[in-house]
Amino acid sequence: MTSNSETTTPPSGPAADASTARTPLGMWNSKPRQPVAGGAAAKQTARLARGLVLPGLIFTILLTQIPFVVTIIFSFLQWNQLRPDEIRFTGWDNYAVVFTGPDFLRSLLATVTITGSAVLLSLLLGLFLAVLLDRKFRGRGLARTLAITPFLVMPAAAALVWKWLMLDSNVGMVNWSLGLFGIDPVQWNTNYPWVTIVMVLVWQYTPFMMLILMAGLQSQGGDVLEAAAVDGAGPVRVFWSLTLPHLRPYAEIATLLGSIMLLQVFDPIAIMTKGTGGTKTLSYLLYERAFIGLDIGQAAAFGVVAVIVTIGFAMITLRSVFSIFVEGKVR
Amino acid sequence: MKANRRTSLISVTLLGTLLATSACSSSGGEAGEDVTLTIATVNNPQMQDMEELKSHFEADNPGITVDFVTMEEGDLRAAVTADVASGAGQYDIVTVGAYEVPQWGAQDWLLDLTEPLESDAEYDVDDILPPLRDALSVDGRQYAVPFYGESSILMYNKEMFAEAGIEISNNPTWQEVAEYAAELDTDEHAGICLRGKPGWGDLFAPLTTVVQTFGGNWYDENWDAQVNSPEFVEGVEFYVDLLNEHGQADPVSFSFTECLNLLSSGKVAMWYDASVAASILEDPEASEVAGQMGYTHAPVSETEESGWLWSWNLAVPRTTKNAEAATTFVKWATSKEYHQLVGEELGWTRVPPGARTSTYSIPEYEEAAAAFAPITLEVMESVDPTHPGVDPQPYVGIQYVPIPEFQDVGNQVAQEVADAIAGRTTVQDALDRGQGIAQTAGDLQK
Repeated sequence: MTSNSETTTPPSGPAADASTARTPLGMWNSKPRQPVAGGAAAKQTARLARGLVLPGLIFTILLTQIPFVVTIIFSFLQWNQLRPDEIRFTGWDNYAVVFTGPDFLRSLLATVTITGSAVLLSLLLGLFLAVLLDRKFRGRGLARTLAITPFLVMPAAAALVWKWLMLDSNVGMVNWSLGLFGIDPVQWNTNYPWVTIVMVLVWQYTPFMMLILMAGLQSQGGDVLEAAAVDGAGPVRVFWSLTLPHLRPYAEIATLLGSIMLLQVFDPIAIMTKGTGGTKTLSYLLYERAFIGLDIGQAAAFGVVAVIVTIGFAMITLRSVFSIFVEGKVR
Repeated sequence: MKANRRTSLISVTLLGTLLATSACSSSGGEAGEDVTLTIATVNNPQMQDMEELKSHFEADNPGITVDFVTMEEGDLRAAVTADVASGAGQYDIVTVGAYEVPQWGAQDWLLDLTEPLESDAEYDVDDILPPLRDALSVDGRQYAVPFYGESSILMYNKEMFAEAGIEISNNPTWQEVAEYAAELDTDEHAGICLRGKPGWGDLFAPLTTVVQTFGGNWYDENWDAQVNSPEFVEGVEFYVDLLNEHGQADPVSFSFTECLNLLSSGKVAMWYDASVAASILEDPEASEVAGQMGYTHAPVSETEESGWLWSWNLAVPRTTKNAEAATTFVKWATSKEYHQLVGEELGWTRVPPGARTSTYSIPEYEEAAAAFAPITLEVMESVDPTHPGVDPQPYVGIQYVPIPEFQDVGNQVAQEVADAIAGRTTVQDALDRGQGIAQTAGDLQK
């Protein structure tokens, strides 16, 4: 047991590890532990540790990678569900469809623009709401709960609410409100399907961004703000020079998580636009190939290419844009 | 000793349970365990009525519980196809359109219902409308039972027509309908409601009949696609123009349900869609325009008749573990007694139409459905699913092509047409792309 105690982490207090203490997200950034001296004993411990981890690791690999491997195999099959007698290997035929047809690039563009705009807009709105709701006022608890509600509504239900209550051409509240200002009714779904989807997503994800940013605001030390006030900084200056830099890692995490969730967006597209007018995202395209085209092989090929593109894209962005993943860039 | 005593205790308990169960079942007249049937249906009102009345079935058949999974038309088709094709077996009873029944029957995915239906004299299978029975059979074996059948008709608000002083004939042409729509398009109501939601079962159901009466069709006799032929383009252009000029606002959001809402709140003058809508429009509880509506044959251009032929059917997938109970339910929901039950419990206008000939001679139904029952029967008897358009076609079916690829083809082309409705592309460009999509599928049939 003594050999074990050598490898356990020292209890981390405020002074234990400076980089961890400075930011709550510092754990992303903690340095690798010093190798333990002690030769053979240490090697044995390491072997034991590896042996203990191995079953879990194998299980995880099997659980996460088998479906992917199966998908790769499917992608080389000609397999239409309505023709179960004609399943056979076709080589790269399905990939040829992916790369020569217009669908993939159009969908990629739709995914990037919809995810990008929705994340950016909901982040900005979320920041606005977070700053407002961080102030003390009567009924703040209620206001916060209400502001979070859209995120708790199931996506399909949210899409239906928007379709019938908000954007309906006859009884919709949005067109009615526009009418109060003398603006002609807008045919949202027909003429602006892309805007419609982004609108629903921003409505749903603003509370999510707000929650994370609010956590960031609450972790900001009151003494710093007080000191700034004593030095004569106005609220705007304090916001730009202190609060915003402080919020950066929170905003990055919010952006990252938001993008991961929004990349998979499906419900409002299936319920409202059916993929018309630049709203056919990769997930909707996959659904269409698999469940309307019933073409398992083609759907798998689209899926594989989508995964590869997403991983590549994610790696580049994570390494270049997000300071929390870049060694030494954290304040 | 201890173990022995426990074993005997368990066996006594088991024996007791067994006796109790057998006593129960003998008094109920129904053997076997409790069964829960899962039925996948479309969210049309007739199906909702069936769900409302399921307690009558459950009361008559103790031990059987029926769970409804209700979806939109397009979603249902996708879910059921995926479930049946993959053999997942989630559903014991499925609602299948006329499009799939012959294909699935040929694939041996559905239980052959010929025997259970014909052997039951009380059920009277010959009472089911003959054209529908033919459409649901492969080589004389019947794989599904029509729950309700329909054609497409033109529905119009008589009061609005009278106000504008327009007389409508019993066989209007599309050109006439376009003129009426122009006159009836006011600030209070649109001229006509037509489906615009992308989907082969949404937009393309009425649009295919329009194309066919304009002389176009999906395929010629050699399975060569005709999607960008001048006649097809003319038909779609006519439809898109009519929709944009005098149709409802935000057309891409509209399919059957949305148009029905609009019509029943009196916000549009005409609607070309499924005849089954008439029974809902005439229901005073569901509709503000009950009693104000008139019904005529589907508008035509080059052909004599242009209505479609469709039925929603109940079938039992081969993957079910409760085949017997499922068949019992299917027979109950399509029986003469069920039609009586709907009439007595929910009102005579809500009896499922277009399935049984005898329905049209129930005095209460004849009286309650006087506005639309005769025209429904008349149209359903006059359409010809073997030759609906101008040119001959290599398949049987009106507003659909019964090949596996058609839902994909129809869907993709419908999305292109939706872009044309919104003005993001022209009809010609949209259909040029559609031609390529349709030809790929056509080549597979050769």
